Amino acid sequence: MMQAVMPPRDPMVPDVYRVSRAQSELAGVVTLEVEPVSGNRPAGLPGQFNMLYAMGIGEVAISISGETPRGFVHTIRAVGAVSGALAGMEEGAVLGLRGPYGTGWPVAEAEGSDVVFVAGGLGLAPLRPAIEAVLAARERYGRVTILAGCRSPREILFRHQLEHWRQRLDVEVQVTVDHADTEWRGNVGVVPSLIRRAAFDPDDTYAFICGPEVMMRFSATALQEANLPAERTFLSMERNMKCAIGLCGHCQFGPSFICKDGPVMALDRIAGILAMREI
Amino acid sequence: MQRDSADTAGLVIDPLGLQALIERLASMGFRVVGPALRDDAVVYDDITGIGDLPQGWTDRQEPGRYRLERRQDDALFGYAVGPHSWKKFLFPPVETLWSARWDDKGGMAISPPETSQDKFAFIGVRGCELHAMAIQDRVLAEGDHANATYAARRQEAFIVAVNCGQAGGTCFCVSMETGPKVESGFDLALTELLDGGEHRFLVEIGSDAGAQVMEEVPSAPASAVQIEAAAAVVERTAGQMGRSLDTNGIKELLQGNLEHPRWDEVAERCLTCANCTMVCPTCFCTTVEDHSDLTNQSAERVRKWDSCFTMDFSYVHGGSVRSSTRSRYRQWMTHKLANWIDQFGTSGCVGCGRCVTWCPVGIDITEEAAAIRATPGGKGEA
Repeated sequence: MMQAVMPPRDPMVPDVYRVSRAQSELAGVVTLEVEPVSGNRPAGLPGQFNMLYAMGIGEVAISISGETPRGFVHTIRAVGAVSGALAGMEEGAVLGLRGPYGTGWPVAEAEGSDVVFVAGGLGLAPLRPAIEAVLAARERYGRVTILAGCRSPREILFRHQLEHWRQRLDVEVQVTVDHADTEWRGNVGVVPSLIRRAAFDPDDTYAFICGPEVMMRFSATALQEANLPAERTFLSMERNMKCAIGLCGHCQFGPSFICKDGPVMALDRIAGILAMREI
Repeated sequence: MQRDSADTAGLVIDPLGLQALIERLASMGFRVVGPALRDDAVVYDDITGIGDLPQGWTDRQEPGRYRLERRQDDALFGYAVGPHSWKKFLFPPVETLWSARWDDKGGMAISPPETSQDKFAFIGVRGCELHAMAIQDRVLAEGDHANATYAARRQEAFIVAVNCGQAGGTCFCVSMETGPKVESGFDLALTELLDGGEHRFLVEIGSDAGAQVMEEVPSAPASAVQIEAAAAVVERTAGQMGRSLDTNGIKELLQGNLEHPRWDEVAERCLTCANCTMVCPTCFCTTVEDHSDLTNQSAERVRKWDSCFTMDFSYVHGGSVRSSTRSRYRQWMTHKLANWIDQFGTSGCVGCGRCVTWCPVGIDITEEAAAIRATPGGKGEA
């Protein structure tokens, strides 16, 4: 008997996932744990992203902020119709998911070196799986530094996790805020100012930066001034994305497609256009 | 199937033979599409025979200008190219990707659309257009992820190419090395011969499928004189190019001149209307739209042609990355002529001239490239 031949899976069709846990992080920021309704989730790398679909509303690219044995973790800020719908989801809610897509943080490549994580605002979310991977194999790395900046003390993402990491004796954690309140006794100022004070060996360090583009640009400059080579400085870029598989053209950044050549990109590949307006 | 030497040398058919070819393709289940007159332009549409073709018409094209004119003869393919390209059949402007509905158990069921796939036969594909298809193949079908419906339509398409007998005022295929002679990628290639009071087509066979179809079409072996006449047609057309573009080092030239003052100058004229991207046979950018019924019980996702000239195209939370006209024109032109080479190993331009003709203000990509070449030195990639 002839077997029906299944057509190749259309990469534009999402799989169906269910929210297994929803946790409020900050005002308008929610972390969702999602699991496939049937079968196993595909493997993902720290730094990659998924396309999340809210029924009838649309799809957005969201970085992976962690993983569970059966699912992915995504941290979402409600800024538009789709992210608002996703951020409003509660346990049991059903959504579509395609991915993971894109490049990851070169966590394995960085073994044996110092690692500096530089996060701005929600940029800590895509860095968290990389931080966890490094800390899970802590003995394979040199000095590990986490530098996080945010607007105000009330907007520190993953505050408990940062405190947990800070309690370890083998990780340097520095947090800075743009605007302090009366209770805040920590650093005040932008993240690049922390880079100038951080201890790492510029000849043998990997830097992973994620945050708003302007923050990443100034952080990259501060790292360059600290003599860190551009080919070991990595940024997670963001552009409009419709397909996530290199077919829709939206995410172009010079000759690169952020969806497949990124989002994680080495600074030396993009340094020429990073500071250029409206590229 | 091996083809004998007579086939290789070429066959000759007359207009009735072309009619028979069209009918033969239709009887094989192909949806036959070819040039037709609509709205004062030569467009590509369904045809049933040579009566639908723009017999005796030609087009006059200049930047921002397109007019049909009567020819002195009865040529069926005596025009250059119109506003349409075959892209609209292989890669439809609007396509449903899938639909979703809530199932009984509160889950989401996502299913592909139930559509029957058209099998196309294209009549009158030009050299530049064959190259445009090959370029879209690289983008849409030959990467890590493929547009499956495009790939299927492309694979099934039967292509009757035509060597151009006349270049348009905005043509520059010679510069882009895409024409006017068709070299490969066709099933059959015609050269229209109108000299000496006879109306004939030299037929070159490009595939086994093409040879099989020709077995059912009345034809005669081509004479040496006819083969020579066909070569002369292409040679004459090559000498008529309305435009030229110096492609030497163009990738480095444009990538190194991203802050050139010419971008400001062209932005003074560009209306960001997106016409150039809609008529371009290689532009592939798309967006998606999500529709749902009023109660959100069912929804669908639709893919539509998009353009880098819109504000929405580069929108990220907080605003559009490319809000100025300058940056959007720069994105289009540097992508087409330079970044495309990094991305897909080929230029994105085939020199068909459509973007020049159909620009409402007559911006000419060849002139813009020449202006930057004339005064390089704007700041660009290090």
